[in-house]
Amino acid sequence: MRDLQDDDARSGAGYNFAYLDEQTKRMIRRALLKAVAIPGYQVPFASREMPMPYGWGTGGVQVTAACLTPDDTLKVIDQGADDTTNAVSIRRFFARMAGVATTERTTEATVIQTRHRVPETPLRDGQILVYQVPIPEPLRFLEPRETETRRMHALEEYGLMHVKLYEDIARHGHIATSYAYPVKVEGRYVMDPSPIPKFDNPKLETAALQLFGAGREQRIYAIPPHTRVVSLDFEDHPFEATKADAACALCGATDSYLDEVVTDDTGGRMFVCSDTDYCATRREASETGDSA
Amino acid sequence: MTGHPDIGIPADTAVPAPAPLLSVRGLGRRYGTRIGCTDVGFDLWPGEVMGIVGESGSGKSTLLNCLAGHLVPDAGEVIFDTRDRGPVDVLRLSEPERRMLGRTDWAFVHQNPRDGLRMGVSAGGNVGERLMAVGARHYGRIRETASDWLGRVEIAADRIDDRPRAFSGGMQQRLQIARNLVTGPRLVFMDEPTGGLDVSVQARLLDLLRGLVREMGLSALVVTHDLAVVRLLADRLMVMKDGRVVEAGLTDQVLDDPQHGYTQLLVSSVLQV
Amino acid sequence: MIELRDVSKTFTLHNQGGAVLRVMSGATLSVAPGECVALTGASGSGKSTLMRMIYGNYRAASGQILVDGVDVASAEPREVLALRRATLGYVSQFLRVVPRVPTREVVAEPCLATGLDRAAAFARAEELLARLNVPEPLWQLSPTTFSGGEQQRVNIARGFARTCPALLLDEPTASLDPVNRAVVLDLIDEAKASGAAIIGIFHDAEARARVADREVDVTAFAPARAA
Repeated sequence: MRDLQDDDARSGAGYNFAYLDEQTKRMIRRALLKAVAIPGYQVPFASREMPMPYGWGTGGVQVTAACLTPDDTLKVIDQGADDTTNAVSIRRFFARMAGVATTERTTEATVIQTRHRVPETPLRDGQILVYQVPIPEPLRFLEPRETETRRMHALEEYGLMHVKLYEDIARHGHIATSYAYPVKVEGRYVMDPSPIPKFDNPKLETAALQLFGAGREQRIYAIPPHTRVVSLDFEDHPFEATKADAACALCGATDSYLDEVVTDDTGGRMFVCSDTDYCATRREASETGDSA
Repeated sequence: MTGHPDIGIPADTAVPAPAPLLSVRGLGRRYGTRIGCTDVGFDLWPGEVMGIVGESGSGKSTLLNCLAGHLVPDAGEVIFDTRDRGPVDVLRLSEPERRMLGRTDWAFVHQNPRDGLRMGVSAGGNVGERLMAVGARHYGRIRETASDWLGRVEIAADRIDDRPRAFSGGMQQRLQIARNLVTGPRLVFMDEPTGGLDVSVQARLLDLLRGLVREMGLSALVVTHDLAVVRLLADRLMVMKDGRVVEAGLTDQVLDDPQHGYTQLLVSSVLQV
Repeated sequence: MIELRDVSKTFTLHNQGGAVLRVMSGATLSVAPGECVALTGASGSGKSTLMRMIYGNYRAASGQILVDGVDVASAEPREVLALRRATLGYVSQFLRVVPRVPTREVVAEPCLATGLDRAAAFARAEELLARLNVPEPLWQLSPTTFSGGEQQRVNIARGFARTCPALLLDEPTASLDPVNRAVVLDLIDEAKASGAAIIGIFHDAEARARVADREVDVTAFAPARAA
């Protein structure tokens, strides 16, 4: 069985490069070009059935498939980790279907597909970051009608977005939205950055190309390199990129987004970097934390 | 929020020729071959409240929706005296301009508060939305204004974070009014504002509306089938039947000395208490 | 101040076979500032109809009704509204108010409508209510629950709240006790002294004799009966 799989990976087993047929990839690329041309605008596209359930990154996978070339090196992360089920599955999927090189190193990757994190290591010119998006419409929370939200985007009527933040402050005393925090892209479109922690919002201004794919909702949008991305806020409640107030227990980093890990059943817990590659790279460079 | 510093008249100019706030000419709307309303014309002056009465299907709601930009009329013009550009034909404005007008100088009070409120958003958020829609970005000040307005419509300050779902019908309607008036509009469209409310609640709402209209110098168009409501709220009255205006004039004159047969029938059909 | 020229009035009853009732014709009348004219004539002779036409409440069929230079018979609604706000007052026999509104506010409302500030309007309202012996505890309450006499006094207070150059009084002293009747007559005298032109209907002959400068019998304006 295992041998058979490896054979498939080498041969492609009758599938086109990167699974999707060329016409589909062209359709997605056209949508991507339009998305890049209108930063933050949600471009409808004819999302295909993929060999995985919705919610597992069907949108991101299609975008990645449309971007990959045989020379690319692919990295896939899920909540910052390279070794979780979702990340491993998608990485193996493209290893077999496109035969591309894969890596866990942010610096070595040319295409990175991510679920809900932006790598800590600053991205560089030439890299592509592909986000998996569950609900692309930032206004959906308060306005259920698609016709109306489209009109609101078209006419730049974004008062409603602040109503959501107002409700947050009224209920919690501060803006409690901690992920999928809405941003305004290049002074025009309000965009949902996918459920990344708001800690990652400042990293949306980067030299890399960022592409967003929502498979079930059939939308693609993009942030071209060096685009201005502003997190919405109030004058008296300014945006803050918050994280747990601790250092990584493994690498000692104080500047990275931390996951809280329960270590035993007596309430023991520790904070570790959510970005496993960042943490590992720091430890290799022999920066040791408390537990190391 | 009630002042309009930007419509002040320079001190050195003489009193300008007064202009109507809203001027409607030859307005018509058909549904296929059926007439919604036809050949409607009137002037509404600043500070005036005009009632529009008629039975169901008389075209009064069609007219109101055409005027407020919710329906596109087939014929006619609707000239509104804007603050910055003077009189413009609203029907020829671009959609963004018309919607902007709908958030600033105009307000629309729906019969059913559910149509005019966001039921999942707190009372404060409902009132604050129009402020945020026109660019307010200071939470503290938005909340202060919302709180002030809740007071003006007699909703207790400690209900500011409650959702309208938890409010009575009368409170929801008052909240809708606060939400609409917070940006200091000059023209308010009301579609059966007291419909569906208990009589005692109606009286309170009418009193509130009258006070606000007077204090803010509002002009209003009130569609209703309730003659008692127009008598107490409207300066002028327009009676519609089969899509046409059959009679118009001072409210008390139309009700006490109706000239048209239909109006006479309407007035004589009211049950006396 | 108030001048009627050849005014006529008809009612057309569309729902009763289009019957046309001619109730008045050739009504001509002039009232100078500071003058009080009492309308007389039997019940149903058209006294109230004439008053209502002057106020713009009934539409005249023909003729001119000039109040302070504005022809009420042909004026636009907003002109009549402006006239009522600033110039023309009307004390009717019926109090028509929004339920729940406190008495003090009901009385102050005409002043507020002319743009007087709240404090001054309320002070004026309280002064009148006190003069007309409306007990102070009632000022906070809506007059809709008051007795007939109390309502009448609230109505009078409201009518006299602002000084109108032209004033229409429909039975202002009806259903009042002697003390309050005297107060109302004083108010009328004061209005006259301040230059108001007044037209009134007074069934109370004594009151009429005291305030009216002359009488006009409206039966003279009855249309000639078709033979």
